[in-house]
Amino acid sequence: MRRLSWFNTVSLTLGFAFLYIPMLILIVYSFNGGKLVTVWAGFSTKWYGELFRNEAFLDAAWVTLKVAVMSSSVATVLGTMAAYVMVRAGRFHGRTLFSGMIYAPLVMPEVITGLSLLLLFIAIGLDRGVLTIVLAHTTFSMCYVSVVVSSRLVTFDQSLEEAALDLGCTGFEAFRLVTLPIIAPAVISGWLLAFTLSLDDLVIASFTSGPSSTTLPIKIFSAVRLGVSPEINALSTIMITLVAVGVIGASLTSKRAIVKRAKDEQEAIQ
Amino acid sequence: MKRFGLISVPYLWLLALFLVPFLIVLKISLSDTALAIPPYTPTLDLSQGWAGFTAWLSGLDMENFTWLTTDDLYWKAYLSSLKIATFSTILALLVGFPIAYGMSRAPDEWRPTLMMLIILPFWTSFLIRVYAWKAILSQEGLLNQLLMSLGIISEPLTILNTNTAVYIGIVYTYLPFMVLPIYSALERLDESLLEAAEDLGCSRLTAFWLVTLPLAKQGIIAGSFLVFIPAMGEFVIPSLLGGSKTLMIGKVLWEEFFSNRDWPVASAVAVVLLLILIVPIVLFQRNEEKQREAGK
Amino acid sequence: MSEAALATAPAEFAPWKDSQATPLIRFQNVTKRFGDFTAIDNLTIDIYEREFFALLGPSGCGKTTMMRMLGGFETQTEGTILIDGQDVGPIPPNKRAVNMMFQSYALFPHLSVAENIAFGLKRDKLPKDQIAARVDEMLNLVQLGKFANRKPHQISGGQRQRVALARSLAKAPKLLLLDEPLGALDKKLRQDTQFELMDIQEQTGTTFVIVTHDQEEAMTVASRIAVMDHGKIIQVDTPAKIYEEPGSVYVADFIGDVNLIEGSVTTSGDDHATISWAEGQQNLIGIAHDEIPAGTRATLAIRPEKVNIATERPAEMTNIIHGKVLDIAYLGNMSTYVIETPTGQHIKAQAANTRRIARRAITWDQDVWLSFTDTAGVVLTS
Repeated sequence: MRRLSWFNTVSLTLGFAFLYIPMLILIVYSFNGGKLVTVWAGFSTKWYGELFRNEAFLDAAWVTLKVAVMSSSVATVLGTMAAYVMVRAGRFHGRTLFSGMIYAPLVMPEVITGLSLLLLFIAIGLDRGVLTIVLAHTTFSMCYVSVVVSSRLVTFDQSLEEAALDLGCTGFEAFRLVTLPIIAPAVISGWLLAFTLSLDDLVIASFTSGPSSTTLPIKIFSAVRLGVSPEINALSTIMITLVAVGVIGASLTSKRAIVKRAKDEQEAIQ
Repeated sequence: MKRFGLISVPYLWLLALFLVPFLIVLKISLSDTALAIPPYTPTLDLSQGWAGFTAWLSGLDMENFTWLTTDDLYWKAYLSSLKIATFSTILALLVGFPIAYGMSRAPDEWRPTLMMLIILPFWTSFLIRVYAWKAILSQEGLLNQLLMSLGIISEPLTILNTNTAVYIGIVYTYLPFMVLPIYSALERLDESLLEAAEDLGCSRLTAFWLVTLPLAKQGIIAGSFLVFIPAMGEFVIPSLLGGSKTLMIGKVLWEEFFSNRDWPVASAVAVVLLLILIVPIVLFQRNEEKQREAGK
Repeated sequence: MSEAALATAPAEFAPWKDSQATPLIRFQNVTKRFGDFTAIDNLTIDIYEREFFALLGPSGCGKTTMMRMLGGFETQTEGTILIDGQDVGPIPPNKRAVNMMFQSYALFPHLSVAENIAFGLKRDKLPKDQIAARVDEMLNLVQLGKFANRKPHQISGGQRQRVALARSLAKAPKLLLLDEPLGALDKKLRQDTQFELMDIQEQTGTTFVIVTHDQEEAMTVASRIAVMDHGKIIQVDTPAKIYEEPGSVYVADFIGDVNLIEGSVTTSGDDHATISWAEGQQNLIGIAHDEIPAGTRATLAIRPEKVNIATERPAEMTNIIHGKVLDIAYLGNMSTYVIETPTGQHIKAQAANTRRIARRAITWDQDVWLSFTDTAGVVLTS
């Protein structure tokens, strides 16, 4: 029933144009035939071909994917545990320090996190490679997971768990059979968040990677530092498309679930 | 006992991989540079027992911090970072507030879509979004092409490799962080409050000034910190969009470490940056707590 | 007492009966549509000064839309709304001598109680001391002097309700609109507050228009009630008339508890009508001001408390129904009996519990006779 005033229409239009036009330009010029990214020279998909023949990029993509899957999975387990501790464990020694360590990485400049982890790995003599990147990514992304999961846990009705215990579950069974299915959407979005943070990270990976473990962002960064390249445009287009499909798909699924639920409730009343 | 296990696993992880590394940074910032591996002295040699520890302790000093104050590169970089972060926070607020306001006034059925459109860029690669501006802002870039074909300018503007490009980059990449908290504050705002204000004699504009803005205050504060804090330590944006004259402390740290291999000075730079950031971080936390209390 | 006697009684307030009185508010053929949905359907009504007028109806009946049109938050699609003789169509809310008390109270959370009350006065650019004096006066009116500096979240729900009232009255509006003003309060507090509202209305002499879905509340506070459904006013009358002589089955059923006995009219006239309703039961007589043709389907509406219950057949009663006790609900001060007639209909009767429960004569499955007078019920054809 509400209509947007002209002011709001203008500000939304300009705002979203600002957000999306640069990405659209990026995508359009990935189909440019010429070498220059700023001069249109006809439609072509040749840069995609070049991209898939570029072994260095493919290797980096593979490393990045491995790191992202491993670090986000470990981070989800640790982050969920941490969220559970924060919301449910009550008082214990060192709680303040614990919550400080959960929140601090969220606001810590990446250069500092990267530097400090590198100095640790050197101090304990751990060779830099995939393992060190995974450790680094797990550490900062578990904090994001814990924030996402704990915001769900706070609104979780604790009597559900108590009912499970009352009906004969052990503590772990109650968590597995009742709590986990209910907080699952938050755990999944925590995992997705950790996954994208890991895919995206340049600074921390630069500090903690070794010569044999270059990730995609490091590769992209060293390529674009020198200037624009149509190959990077092609790569960006692929990444943007994947993310857009994922996010839009997820939001449609959740919207459908909400609509279905509303319909079910409506039917239940009648 | 189970509870102990649940607590100790994430606890020990964070101690080992967050707190301890930071203590190492602190320690190295007090050491001296050396042409060795690792490239600093003293190193702690525990095989010599207590004597080794005291020798190590006496080798630590504040020399690197004194160095930071004498070479004007560093304090200029800190000041310039502060200036760039502050200015881009203000810009992001000016751009972000109308968007958040428009979203909160939009019809209910549009809101999930608008929300998704704001979050979507956040999920796409940060690096790619910064990179996208390179092709737009360069001398022969699309912005200059557009402005020249419209006859607004006759000579191409130099935007890329200047601070202006850095401002654009920061506003662009951190805009969702500004929009989301403001939107969530405005969305909670009960429309009947505005009707009440009008009912009591306010015009639309005074109602905005007297009711909407004060109630969005905490969202504005939260959004501003969420832009300011990461902008302060930003590395990617100044190195891709900024020029050689763009001084930002994140970039200085990076170069100190990777190009000069001066680990102690890099560590000292990190320690000082963190000390500077503690003030906004504490203020931000306090604002969040206030918000949480108000929500109850 | 005849109607003429009522009208001449000196204390009675009934401007709607006075053809000389000019109404404060006039709705003239007002229609409001939201897209395809008609919220208000060609509605015409007059509301007089100093009235406490209640708009009563289920949610979605259009009562809130009517109020919001008075406040200036909605504009009618067709028709005219006059306040004090002036067409208010083009006047925005901030220029109307009308104030509103919102259902959510809409207290500004960032302002203190006193600042909330002063909010409207400050918009009028009154001198500071005048504003302060008026705020004090209002705080006294609602007895919240001690809480002047508290924020809305630091006071109780009942106190918030009073702040909202004080704030909307501070500008001394000609007309105060109250949207479900007591909806958020618990039952006990609601009853106390109803009387307080009536006192304040009387003290300030403001015209109140209240929207409510709670019929008890409307009955208690209002001088007149408009019962609404689907954008139309079904009946406008004093609470007593609405209760005693509902004009339709809808109104009878909406207000309070009622037995609805369907039958067909046998005879009618002289302000009464008789219906035959079930085999083996004698015909029932009720009030019917208009003559109804014999054979018309009609409903006798009778309130449970007007139905007597006895273990023996009463001798001198016009209306008698025979049945068996199906259920007894003990409500403390009274009991409700549900009686099943031999033909399977359920009829409720209420009796005051003047004796102790153990000594009462009526029990489950007992044969009983229900009876009521010929003026106790009304015969309705719509």
